[in-house]
Amino acid sequence: MEFEAIIGLEVHAQLLTETKIFCGCCAKFGATPNSHTCPVCLGMPGVLPVLNKKVVEYAMKMALATHCVINPSCEFARKNYFYPDLPKGYQISQYARPLAEHGHVMVETDGGRKKIGITRIHMEEDAGKLLHDEHNPVSYVDLNRTGVPLIEIVSEPDIRSPEEAAEYLKSLHEILVYLEICDGNMEEGSFRCDANVSIRPLGQKEYGTRTELKNLNSFRNVQRALEYEIKRQRYIVENGGEVIQETRLWDDAQGVTNSMRGKEEAHDYRYFPDPDLVPIVIDDAWVQAIRNSLPELPSAKRERFIRDYEIPAYDAGVLTSDRALADYFEDVAKRCRKPKAASNWIMGDVMRFLNDDKRDIRACPIKPEDLAEMIKLIDEGTISGKMAKDIVEEMYQTGKPPQTIIREKGLVQITDEAELTKTITAILENNQAQVAEYRGGKEKVFGFFVGQIMKATQGKANPRLVNELLKKLLAG
Amino acid sequence: MELYQFTIHELQDKIKNGDVTATQITASVFSRIEAVEDRVHAYIRLMKDDAFAAAARADADIKQGRLKPLSGIPIALKDIVCTRGVATTCGSHILHNFVPPYNATVVEKLLEAGAIFVGKANMDEFAMGSSTETSYFGPTRNPWDLERIPGGSSGGSAAAVAADECIASIGSDTGGSIRQPAALCGVVGMKPTYGRVSRFGLIAFASSLDQIGPFTKDVEDCAVMMNVLAGYDPRESTSVNADVPDYRQFLGRDIRGWKIGIPREYVVEGIDPEISASLKNAMAVMENAGAKCVDVSLPHTPYCVATYYIIAPAEASSNLARYDGVRYGFRAPETRELLDMYQKTRMQGFGAEVKRRIMIGTYALSAGYYDAYYKKASQVRTLIRKDFEEAFRQCDVLMTPTTPTPAFKIGEKTDDPLQMYLSDIFTISANLAGIPGISVPGGFTQGGLPIGIQFLGGPFEEGKLIQIASAFEKNANLEKRRPAL
Repeated sequence: MEFEAIIGLEVHAQLLTETKIFCGCCAKFGATPNSHTCPVCLGMPGVLPVLNKKVVEYAMKMALATHCVINPSCEFARKNYFYPDLPKGYQISQYARPLAEHGHVMVETDGGRKKIGITRIHMEEDAGKLLHDEHNPVSYVDLNRTGVPLIEIVSEPDIRSPEEAAEYLKSLHEILVYLEICDGNMEEGSFRCDANVSIRPLGQKEYGTRTELKNLNSFRNVQRALEYEIKRQRYIVENGGEVIQETRLWDDAQGVTNSMRGKEEAHDYRYFPDPDLVPIVIDDAWVQAIRNSLPELPSAKRERFIRDYEIPAYDAGVLTSDRALADYFEDVAKRCRKPKAASNWIMGDVMRFLNDDKRDIRACPIKPEDLAEMIKLIDEGTISGKMAKDIVEEMYQTGKPPQTIIREKGLVQITDEAELTKTITAILENNQAQVAEYRGGKEKVFGFFVGQIMKATQGKANPRLVNELLKKLLAG
Repeated sequence: MELYQFTIHELQDKIKNGDVTATQITASVFSRIEAVEDRVHAYIRLMKDDAFAAAARADADIKQGRLKPLSGIPIALKDIVCTRGVATTCGSHILHNFVPPYNATVVEKLLEAGAIFVGKANMDEFAMGSSTETSYFGPTRNPWDLERIPGGSSGGSAAAVAADECIASIGSDTGGSIRQPAALCGVVGMKPTYGRVSRFGLIAFASSLDQIGPFTKDVEDCAVMMNVLAGYDPRESTSVNADVPDYRQFLGRDIRGWKIGIPREYVVEGIDPEISASLKNAMAVMENAGAKCVDVSLPHTPYCVATYYIIAPAEASSNLARYDGVRYGFRAPETRELLDMYQKTRMQGFGAEVKRRIMIGTYALSAGYYDAYYKKASQVRTLIRKDFEEAFRQCDVLMTPTTPTPAFKIGEKTDDPLQMYLSDIFTISANLAGIPGISVPGGFTQGGLPIGIQFLGGPFEEGKLIQIASAFEKNANLEKRRPAL
């Protein structure tokens, strides 16, 4: 029997606000445990939450970027459960009235572009972290993360394969990072994903029983876990069994999912509107202001690059994968008016240097104007492409503009015909045997002479001119 | 007369005239505490050293001509408002050792106004109760009859004022917890409009109902206290940014031509005949003062208690989840693992009434019951609010008895929670509607127990309430009595 998988994803993205969602504490990752806390995020008695407006604006950006409808009024609700990383005994989240609903993103699949629906986007606070002592039966609580703002993005069950799931995730990730509202770091947990998955015989309308997968901390794990889980469910169904509704934990090392809790043990979160917070009213003017502040999104930028710069789709895809990289490319391309050359230099040498140093384009020592200048110098014939390879590395190491490097190292290309003629003539005289060979019809020797000339000029000779003069002089 | 017997405004006059010092007043209050506190037990904790230090500072200020609205006035704080560096227990074992690193906004405001804190007043555990008997630290006794309860949950704050163990005090009112004990102890107590006084630092019982307010010896002092307490607080999202008038301007003003609504539904079975008589008397007093008493209807009144006992416990069940033994307060000793620690901590840390309400609230919010209970109650709450809106189209203020009976005996209702809940029958609706209310002394029973008269007003009409209460106080011409302690 043929089966199809039905997948829906719940993505949690930490928002890059300076401060937490309901207090003034710093929201940055990686500080000394419990140093970013105050009575409010510690859930001490009598304290009250006050909403960080930036959180609403960041969440609205994501909602608009994914074509959601922003509700004119939404509210926070309490999700009640006990755990030591949850100081109040409830998480402030949204439930009955979320910020935004009915959105979608387009993803590239094997079957072409596909629309994946977004059910809702809501705001909530993150919980803290437990650190378990390996040697003693003790756990420590770090509440730095408590109250860091999150948005939860819930997809429709529109995804049909693990690959599509990964593509959808990458797409969300890219948009979030583009909007500069989330750093997208999956290892540090600023971008997290849970998956709901079920299978059904192809052609059947009703959904099968679903399981929820947790602990998927990389794109690869999402895909692997889904692949495993689909296989597992298929095996059960094909052997006459029934899938049970449960939450399963992905075990990365073993490559399997294991039952975490069944339906019976599922929490009753007892959601109700948080009486400490008032409904958030969002009028059209506010929505419009946020809409106007949106940057060009990756898919639109990709299309524009292909159209306006006439670069291949592959290049456009690589260059737009990061907003800063795209900006860098545009800056270089506009200055040198050679978009394909700009793309080649950036995707080749520049990105290799950056990758080797694990550096971001934002920290690239080569200024866009300098790279553009270098491309111009090649174009004008001042330097050769081969020389440029060395120059660009020097530019990366020193941050100096190309002209400076050229001047300091005396790297200017030899384009003086008289000087070059003198050099070539001398070489021909010293290698008369080879000259005879060439003239006897053994044209391969031509390359030998070019090598000799380049050696003599330390590679500074203009290759086009070398070709031209050598042919003429060999011809006698 | 002893200094502790005076009101805020009288003492401020004396200070202004240089007749007394803050230190003398403070000493007088502490001598009174020494004499009667054993019998009344109004306090969980006294702040004697802090108080004398504050008095010395107040005296230095006064000497330099800086007389603030509460300079030199000894005030008691219900042990539900957080005080930096001073244990704040909420009357519970689970917070018996909790020392907040912050002050409630009202504490800051009172300090700013020059107040001297006498101590932390006793209360029902987490403000859940109408008698102050559920306090982990033992009951407070009614200064008028030590065999009786002072009301609750702010029983300690009310008794402290009635017994002259402070000049004024702070309470909190979720379903009547200021007005009911004020009535039973024969003092003035006001619950302001929801959002009028900051809740920041008030340990939450039911967040959508809780409101801080003052206990005072007369209506003028109530106005003085409200001038200090009221106002917007950016630290509270439900705080309302509305102008705060000088409440003293409403004192002694004419109420001729005012319409006073008498809600017909508040004439219920089980109401003590002496209480009914006091309301009749109050109506006569107001008519003599030129007001007109009119019949009004609050048709959803019969549902108030039921609605309240869904919403308040539901919010409480969530608000009290933080007391888990992990970060502060009581943690049960010798527990095996996490669940065991949670269960034993909460089992040993909370009293019976608190557990009862946590269970009611948890049930009301549970999947499958939410719509029938919490959601329905929220809808009824809207109807109750509309009842009041409609009533205030027909009259200026409402007048009712504050309680259905005078103070009952200690232990009389502890085994019958439903009977206990009914003692708030006239006060609960104001919290559900978010409107202000004030209880003023309305006379005594033949047995010598105080009776309270309650006035209710529209949102942010505390000024109107002070005006009518002050008119009632003046025209009722009640005999001045003091509890025979």
